Amino acid sequence: MKSNTFYPLYILWLRQIKRYFRSRSRIVGSLGQPLLFLLALGYGLQGALGQGTDGVSYFQFLAPGIIAMSILFTAIFSGIEVIWDRQFGFLKETLVAPVSRFSIMLGRTLGGATVATFQGILVLIIAVIAGFRPEFSLIIPAIFFMFLIAILFTALGTAIASILEDMQGFQLIMNFLVMPLFFLSGALFPLDTAPAVLRGIAYVNPLSYGVDALRATLGSVAHFGLWIDTSVLVLVTLAFIGVGAYLFSRIKI
Amino acid sequence: MPTTNTPSNTTEPSISVKNLTKKFGDFTAVNEISFNVPKGSSFAFLGPNGAGKTTTIKMLTTLLRPTSGELSVNGADPAKHPLLARRSFGIVFQDPSLDDELTAYENMFLHAGLYGLPRAETPRRIQEMLEFVELWDRQKSLVKTFSGGMKRRLEIARGLLHTPEILFLDEPTVGLDPQTRNHIWTYIRKLNAERGLTVFFTTHYMEEAERYSTHVAIIDQGKIIAEDTAENIIKKSGTESLEDAFIKMTGHHVREEEASSVDVLRQQGRMWGKRTR
Repeated sequence: MKSNTFYPLYILWLRQIKRYFRSRSRIVGSLGQPLLFLLALGYGLQGALGQGTDGVSYFQFLAPGIIAMSILFTAIFSGIEVIWDRQFGFLKETLVAPVSRFSIMLGRTLGGATVATFQGILVLIIAVIAGFRPEFSLIIPAIFFMFLIAILFTALGTAIASILEDMQGFQLIMNFLVMPLFFLSGALFPLDTAPAVLRGIAYVNPLSYGVDALRATLGSVAHFGLWIDTSVLVLVTLAFIGVGAYLFSRIKI
Repeated sequence: MPTTNTPSNTTEPSISVKNLTKKFGDFTAVNEISFNVPKGSSFAFLGPNGAGKTTTIKMLTTLLRPTSGELSVNGADPAKHPLLARRSFGIVFQDPSLDDELTAYENMFLHAGLYGLPRAETPRRIQEMLEFVELWDRQKSLVKTFSGGMKRRLEIARGLLHTPEILFLDEPTVGLDPQTRNHIWTYIRKLNAERGLTVFFTTHYMEEAERYSTHVAIIDQGKIIAEDTAENIIKKSGTESLEDAFIKMTGHHVREEEASSVDVLRQQGRMWGKRTR
């Protein structure tokens, strides 16, 4: 029985994956938004902005930001699914199982993060079809960063879901957390030339470092550089897993 | 008139509760209750809404920590050694706790994985239990296509998958038609008789408690007010049935229970039309 610690993790991971691939409408549906952003902003603004200062077109600059956006959305919602599990009762089944709450939280988070990463890869493929030209040699590190961003925000979603009693706060999270995280991250505009206030906000937004890491690896301009990106992302991910696990362990049914 | 001596209690009890108390702020949900559930018994835990039944079950099944008192579930203290206690019981909750988006088999497989069943044995065990509740031919169906009765049977099969010593059933037959209720009790009785499984159940159907229990405890306002066999309780209260005895002891007024946050969620879920059961 060597697998007693890791097997439950795998089982909970597998559950998230199965649920994801079973809901085709969800996969297709969640591709709509990134596609719109790519087409409307990417193609729409490209003409107006012309070539960027670094010789990178706006579409080329935007694509990694949109990939990060789709990961952010999918990851946060995977985490928030804890609320649905609570409503439909499945959470209780896991909470009375002889598995620590930390393992349950980690298994779910890794499952949700895998799903979000997969979503990110789909958007990458769509972006390539739409004309994005990434640095294919660094695609593996790019996927690693996608996964890191995904874990970070799934853990955040789990943490939030652990304190929310029901879906009442859902709009609040959308408008005051998810949207600001996306719009104030440098996913849509270069931080180099942004006003100081906007730049300051982006500096405390973990997504900025995720977007930057994707830009660095997928071959457009980087603002912080990979070392800073990696350090910040790893630290914030660990912190969010810690907070998420703590709050999840305090869920009362 | 609380009775402390449990009838025909020869072996060590399967569940023992001593001076158990649970307070939520100023409100005392469970007040210094004590009872023993003998091994192999079918124990009916009865009480009006809000009497403390579910709170007690939650403490026994490690979902809530007691404020004070001693608990033993198959020899383990659920508050101190939750993982140990969890291995020894199976539970069917009042509300469904299946993953609707997975198949019957997948729900069972997930449970086996969480409980660390040996993997070589898992498929055989799953088949055995699904056959026991007559759902083997539906093993590949998504649970969301199941009726209420089928879900309940699947939950019983799942609760038994890891061969627990004790099975908790919180209102296992609520909302089911008489045929299905009868069906479910046939399984439970069979397990109780053939495998010596201890069954701890709550129900609002007094005739079920009368018919299927070997022991009865009645809880009201956080206190145990009777603990005996159904027969003795009826005799002592000088009534005709357990239902009459129950009403005589707990009074006629209707108990109000506030909707929990989960109930509110369910309501919203229905309104949104998302994944309704």
